[in-house]
Amino acid sequence: MIAKKDLEHMGWLARLELSEEDKEKYTPRLNSVLDYFGELDEVDTEDVEPTYHILPMNNVFRDDEVNVPAKPLTQEEALSNAPKKQDGFFKAPRMM
Amino acid sequence: MYENPDGVMIGLEVHVQLNKLKTKVFCGCTTDYHNDPPNSHVCPVCLGLPGALPVINKRAVEAAIKVGLALNCKVEEHTQFYRKNYYYPDLPKGFQITQYDFPISSGGYITIEGEDGEHRVGITRAHMEEDPGRLVHEGTIDKSKYTLIDYNRSGMALLEVVSDPDMRSPKEARRYLDKLRNILEYLDVFDGNLEGALRVDANISIMGGQRAEIKNISSHKGAERALLYEIVRQKNVLRRGGVVVLETRHFDEAREITMSMRSKEEAHDYRYFPEPDLVPLKISGWAPAIKATLPDLPDAWRLLFVEQYGITDEQAKALTSDIRLAKFYQMVVQNRDIKFAQLAADWMSNVLKGELNYRSQTFKVFSEQEAPKCWACGEKMVPSDRYLFDWNGILINDLDTFKKLKEYLMNNYGAFWVNNAPIEKDDAGRTIKISVENYSISLILDDTKNKVIVKFYKGGTYSLSLKKVNDRLNICEDIFYCNNCGASRDKNTTFIIKVEKPSVPEAEISLIDMLKALDFFENNKISEDDVLKIMRTILQKQIPKEFDVEKVDKIVKEEGLKKVEGNIVEAAALEAINENPQAVADYKAGKEKALNSLVGAVMKKTKGGADARTAREVLLGKLG
Repeated sequence: MIAKKDLEHMGWLARLELSEEDKEKYTPRLNSVLDYFGELDEVDTEDVEPTYHILPMNNVFRDDEVNVPAKPLTQEEALSNAPKKQDGFFKAPRMM
Repeated sequence: MYENPDGVMIGLEVHVQLNKLKTKVFCGCTTDYHNDPPNSHVCPVCLGLPGALPVINKRAVEAAIKVGLALNCKVEEHTQFYRKNYYYPDLPKGFQITQYDFPISSGGYITIEGEDGEHRVGITRAHMEEDPGRLVHEGTIDKSKYTLIDYNRSGMALLEVVSDPDMRSPKEARRYLDKLRNILEYLDVFDGNLEGALRVDANISIMGGQRAEIKNISSHKGAERALLYEIVRQKNVLRRGGVVVLETRHFDEAREITMSMRSKEEAHDYRYFPEPDLVPLKISGWAPAIKATLPDLPDAWRLLFVEQYGITDEQAKALTSDIRLAKFYQMVVQNRDIKFAQLAADWMSNVLKGELNYRSQTFKVFSEQEAPKCWACGEKMVPSDRYLFDWNGILINDLDTFKKLKEYLMNNYGAFWVNNAPIEKDDAGRTIKISVENYSISLILDDTKNKVIVKFYKGGTYSLSLKKVNDRLNICEDIFYCNNCGASRDKNTTFIIKVEKPSVPEAEISLIDMLKALDFFENNKISEDDVLKIMRTILQKQIPKEFDVEKVDKIVKEEGLKKVEGNIVEAAALEAINENPQAVADYKAGKEKALNSLVGAVMKKTKGGADARTAREVLLGKLG
């Protein structure tokens, strides 16, 4: 069961600001999702290999070649979406 | 047995950049960003833009396997990547691609010199991950308002080497770091001189408390200091009846203290899940082939040095403590005899290394891939070549060509004996052999590869390039050339002494410097003190930055270092005795110390050129 406290914690981890109204609304909804997964838990997977990846593939590599497959962005392009920048750096509020 | 009275337990998490790769771990951006503007080597993948698809660098996986094997780890059958979710500006996509329960290798060990002799530190695992961006704080971390971010570093291949909590003192932790760094450099996957190449998080606890994790340690010395501080802090907490809590602390390098950062429970809610963009790896099958080509590690070099040159284990240990010094030593001695090898070992393991440590200087070597900055104008130099001689000249016994060849061998390899050695030709003029007594050098023409192999009798080889121009067979030496100002320098024979203080220019010591100084000494032309003076002058004065084969000769000349001949010491001793009757009388009356003032007088008269020991002997002879 997800309690309101768990929701607040998840909100904090994802840096989401949740209003009281949001919390009231999402707590039962998330619980119903969780219930659904509970149904999957009932399936017997005793002798089934865990699925690590949905593609039946291993060992996909690239060679150590500079600018392959693509060239880097220019500094200007790299910073073009930044809300704040300074001297070629991205600028962000200090986080601890 | 080491008692470990405080029950200190230290485990280290070392983040090592695989910075010898050409590209980052999941994209083709270059790893050569250290001198470039921020955010100039980034792409959608390493910036974490939506929709970008990471693809793993094959050589990064090979390098990780190499390290795993060298650390005696097992390379895992199945290995895969995870997303480690956390929200911090060093990773804009909100997660770091790393490994979790299937690391690439695990269960190894490193042997260090511990508090009570040989000590084994277990390696829990060595896993692969991507490096986050570099944060620049305005002011100190606890006061600044903004963070500036450079993502050039973001996506560099990292290996996180996690040790067991097997270290029992800060000193052991430092030795572990030294050894790990050394192994990584011998493997040629890592250059520890580059900024940010190795970062350390340390976990430390003492008996009766929980552990603290210390972050932001960027040097081996820093690790030792942070741990020393932390032991004192934890002991004080316990002594006052407090509780040492589980927490993350930040090391302030300038103030040499650690500060509490954030509660650990919160920070560790990483919600790992398998990275859907990267398929799992099954690469344990590569291990045998990689193992077969693993280069010799420091311990193997050490044994080889002892065996080959008859030097002491202590000397060999010091020489192999840095692969650059080991290679330098090998170059210095490789076409010389055992006696010289032992002399060089003494000077290089003891004096040169000591002087470097004293100044916090480290070696940096020019390898072929590296383009050095021009000593004259500061621009990047490019690989090029310098004409030496025409092979045809050798065939027709042209004396000028002989001279050029010999000058090259003397100036680059210190093979001064070639000066009077005969030149023989063999194999229809395709091999040139120069030999005298026990020394020999062969030059072998390989025109299918456009190369000339230079082989020394000790087994060392170098290659020169062959350029066919009309009928000429031009033999050239590989150099670095500055397109901007036309300056040049040798490729293989220069070692740079890197100074940690950025304001101090780098000093250079070349193979020829070392050989000349030792040759002067071996031939009794300069005294022991003079060799020391030459080394110090080279390290301190940052002698002209040009490649200068006359460097040592100049120092000897300018500092007046030539050893004073025997008869001058004799004359000075006689004068000293005549001019200081009181000291002579004191000495004869049994005051041993009076001799010192006479020795001093001799030194003064010879302007310090006499060897103090010789002066003493001469005086004793005269005083009967």
